[in-house]
Amino acid sequence: MAKKYALFLGCVAPARYPGIESSTREVCKELGIELVELEGAGCCPAPGVIKSFEQDAWLAIAARNLALAQKTGADILTICNGCFGSLFDAAHILHNDPEKLRSVNKILREVGLEYNGETKVHHFAEMVYKEIGLDTVKSHIKAPLEMNVAVHYGCHFLKPSNIKQLDDPERPKILDELVEVTGAKSIEYKDKQMCCGAGGGVRSGNPALATKFTEEKLKNLKAAGAQYIIDVCPFCHLQFDRTQKELGTYSFPVIHLSQLYGLAMGVPKERLGLDIQEIPGNF
Amino acid sequence: MSSPKQPSLEFAESVQKEHGGETLMLCFQCGTCSGSCPSGRLTSYRTRKLIRKAQLGLEDEVLQSPDLWMCTTCYACMERCPRGVEIVDIITILRNKAVSKGIMSDEHKKVGQYLLANGATIPLNPKYEEIRERLGLPRRPVNTLGDKKALEDFQKVLKATGFDKLIGGD
Repeated sequence: MAKKYALFLGCVAPARYPGIESSTREVCKELGIELVELEGAGCCPAPGVIKSFEQDAWLAIAARNLALAQKTGADILTICNGCFGSLFDAAHILHNDPEKLRSVNKILREVGLEYNGETKVHHFAEMVYKEIGLDTVKSHIKAPLEMNVAVHYGCHFLKPSNIKQLDDPERPKILDELVEVTGAKSIEYKDKQMCCGAGGGVRSGNPALATKFTEEKLKNLKAAGAQYIIDVCPFCHLQFDRTQKELGTYSFPVIHLSQLYGLAMGVPKERLGLDIQEIPGNF
Repeated sequence: MSSPKQPSLEFAESVQKEHGGETLMLCFQCGTCSGSCPSGRLTSYRTRKLIRKAQLGLEDEVLQSPDLWMCTTCYACMERCPRGVEIVDIITILRNKAVSKGIMSDEHKKVGQYLLANGATIPLNPKYEEIRERLGLPRRPVNTLGDKKALEDFQKVLKATGFDKLIGGD
């Protein structure tokens, strides 16, 4: 039996793309990963927008989530780059700064919690790559996929790379390898590492600018012959899916890695939620 | 507060006291950040210029500028900075300073108010509760979107930091 993880849901997955949540649960079951519920968790909180308002508030709310995970005795598993970014960053700060840890604990005590600074934070893609391994994933593929896909890493999965240390942030391969194990082909495209445009409060504060980012990416991945977009972040997912609907000129179904694995591992399609997205993927 | 072209040394010093801000003065204005910035490619926003203004202590110009909110926090600049300037951290510090002075868009205020009301940056509505059920998930998740006591605790923590006053809601 593989390791046990406390599943951190975040906001966008459970409230807008629940297919990502159900696919993650199904795929973890298939791979023998035990998930415990992170009861009472709140927003991570969002690394771009909420941290931009007030860093101490951001840190206290993140610390509450880390303390709740500590009670389960399991490491946190995120399915979103934003949640991964915030919780990893906050765990890093609180592990290394006893003064900050003391000050958040003063607040957490009011709600009966005390954080020890030791919770580890993982991302679904990183956990599968490191803990499960490509060979094991391959042995679970029942329906190999034949498709050309544009892999979108997003920003907070690998960066800042000095603390994440997962892969080369300029030319990473971890996600391409995780995708290609299903039989899908990860195509090269111009400005592959470019941001989707949603982060940092830009989608909420300056939606026209966020759209320009997304359009640029869509143009480039279309020119390279992609059929689908693969991501590991529900917020990038929302940005690609909804912006395509608004623009009306592109129709690439957006697939989270967990949904892609669900497809390739033979998880019942009604559990993947791909048919109910703005740009439906009918498989 | 400084006038638009009147530098305030205290302002630049206060940035350097924050986490990541201690790298502010390492910037030697090479412009690698501007050249790497996807936002700068699409707008007139220039990361290098923003950092220079912060170094010079041009407080008003920095905090009032819409440029401050053009960054998606993608880290492209920070990964390539040859001087190790923690650019995204510095932009975050500058944004915090703007917000503390009440300089914040209505749209961002709304995101903050959603956070306080729902324990999430977006609410869960009946349409998606229905979809969750169809996917075999509980209608409401076990986090603050579905657990009232957890939401109260969440709000208590957020209010203890003064966040509610900052975004003008409760």
